[in-house]
Amino acid sequence: MSVLVYTESEEGKFKKVAFEVASYAKAVADQMGTTVTAITINADDISELGTYGVDKVLKVKDSKLDAFNAKTYANIIKQAAEKEGTKVVVVSSSADSKYLAPLLAVGLDAGYASNVVDAPTSASPFTVKRTAFTNKAFIFSTIDTDVKIVGVSKNAFGLKENSSSATAEDFSPSIPENGVHVDSVDKATNTVTIADAEIVVSAGRGLKGPENWGMIEDLAKVLGAATACSKPVSDLGWRPHGEHVGQTGKPVAANLYIAIGISGAIQHLAGINASKVKVVINTDPEAPFFKAADYGIVGDAFEVVPKLTEKLKEFKAQNA
Amino acid sequence: MKILVCISHVPDTTSKINFTDGDTKLDTNGVQFVINPNDEFGLTRAMWFKEKQGATVDVVNVGGPETEPTLRKALAIGADTAIRVNTPATDGFAVAKQLAHVVKDGGYDLIIAGRESIDYNGSMVPGMLAELIGANFVTNCISLEVDGTNAKAMREIDGGKETVSTTLPLVIGGQKGLVEESDLRIPNMRGIMQARQKPLNVLEPVDATKETSTVKFEKPEPRGAVKMISPDNLDELVSLLHNEAKVI
Ligand SMILES: Cc1cc2nc3c(=O)[nH]c(=O)nc-3n(C[C@H](O)[C@H](O)[C@H](O)COP(=O)(O)OP(=O)(O)OC[C@H]3O[C@@H](n4cnc5c(N)ncnc54)[C@H](O)[C@@H]3O)c2cc1C
Repeated sequence: MSVLVYTESEEGKFKKVAFEVASYAKAVADQMGTTVTAITINADDISELGTYGVDKVLKVKDSKLDAFNAKTYANIIKQAAEKEGTKVVVVSSSADSKYLAPLLAVGLDAGYASNVVDAPTSASPFTVKRTAFTNKAFIFSTIDTDVKIVGVSKNAFGLKENSSSATAEDFSPSIPENGVHVDSVDKATNTVTIADAEIVVSAGRGLKGPENWGMIEDLAKVLGAATACSKPVSDLGWRPHGEHVGQTGKPVAANLYIAIGISGAIQHLAGINASKVKVVINTDPEAPFFKAADYGIVGDAFEVVPKLTEKLKEFKAQNA
Repeated sequence: MKILVCISHVPDTTSKINFTDGDTKLDTNGVQFVINPNDEFGLTRAMWFKEKQGATVDVVNVGGPETEPTLRKALAIGADTAIRVNTPATDGFAVAKQLAHVVKDGGYDLIIAGRESIDYNGSMVPGMLAELIGANFVTNCISLEVDGTNAKAMREIDGGKETVSTTLPLVIGGQKGLVEESDLRIPNMRGIMQARQKPLNVLEPVDATKETSTVKFEKPEPRGAVKMISPDNLDELVSLLHNEAKVI
């Protein structure tokens, strides 16, 4: 009966979203008067999950599972859900979880709601609030099936500490054959990804050309931020496609989004609106982005950005 | 190779979103509908398979008669036949069930959908469809090659990309990268004329229960006014980000 949460890890360490979905699962379990079971795949130290309200951890360890595979992972989570008699499964909105959740939904005959931003507003009927129209609206939906899957939006519910001591149990599911084989992974190892970043520094066509991104990278470096860009910038080949954010690019739900030389077209705004605080730097006081910003600076990026980087360096030195 | 491209009929990206009927329905007044951008990249890639590898390309939408202009546009871009399953798209699962039936009936080898639709952003239909028909599934797909029954694809992952190999039957969740922005085709006059003659078959739905229901919509709270800061006073910005916004 417990709520089952898939707590993702990478190279043995939990991703930050793992703690957010655990916090969410705890809130659901409290509403339903039950406990939280987490399933981990090749995570090393699971004790931290207790901090976020997890009571029991099903630990799967198998070198065959080192590389993520949606179908295999979905099948393992299904086996865990069946073993626990779970009625609610909680997953994140990471690319991996969004890949596996629809497969899991069919496997469990479960209704699935993605992009959920808050704890269920009612446990019966099970009702959740989700974003739609790329952050231009919310929908309240009920999940009408016996077993339910909730996909939690990044940075929407937050981390909630709820100390319990998580007991670990080894779990050895059967590992099915899979028709999709990963041949190679090409991943930058020393940079922050847009998906994980707390802060994103993003720049647009106002930067004039790819040769001017040094100052954007410097600013991102001081802040420990990921770099991103507007669509035309990636279409022009100034920056890699993976950096394109917006309605047709990657979604951004950071704590701080700094937009430099980006006009603020509706398609751009929709994709980044889930970010908490937005700073806009633009030469044009009429740029639509200012209407969506928390803090605005009318100024030339080529002057403002290097100065801001220096100020932040001083701040970091004082607050280290 | 028989290709089916799933076409979602969505409000244009510039649309202002409003609701009617006590916030239970999208207000379609003045809203322009288009092919879901992620699906358009997939459709364009399908045209490449048609022209270079002799594939046939059908397009399908689950929805009411109002979606037909969107299907005609897909025909004008070059699809051979359009199929509309005559039932409103209620939730991801019900749509996937209808599509599964179309795929089985039509014997398709490759099904290209978008990684998500820009209206409900569910990212549900392609994966559910794949699982329902027992096909392989690759989402966030940014390149695709097919040779006989073998496929090689590249997909975007958080922080990079990966290359995968798999076999048909295959369902793809496509996005930009599958083809470039500049490869997208605007239907020309000849295409539009031809599209009028091409078959648009209306199928009655099979039984499918939805698993989720919409209770109501809500618009986000209007946000507070922006605080403007002089470019000569960046200390103030740093201080606000630290003390007020608490993000650094
Ligand atoms: C179907 C569709 C989907 C789309 N999806 C997306 C999407 O996902 N993401 C996205 O970003 N866009 C998307 N777009 C494109 C979008 O409409 C805009 O064209 C795009 O966001 C504009 O990019 P930009 O702000 O970088 O460029 P511009 O609009 O050219 O703006 C550049 C800005 O830089 C400012 N500037 C110039 N010089 C300086 C300087 N020295 N210092 C500071 N500021 C300066 C200018 O004042 C201007 O505001 C989409 C469009 C369509 C039709």
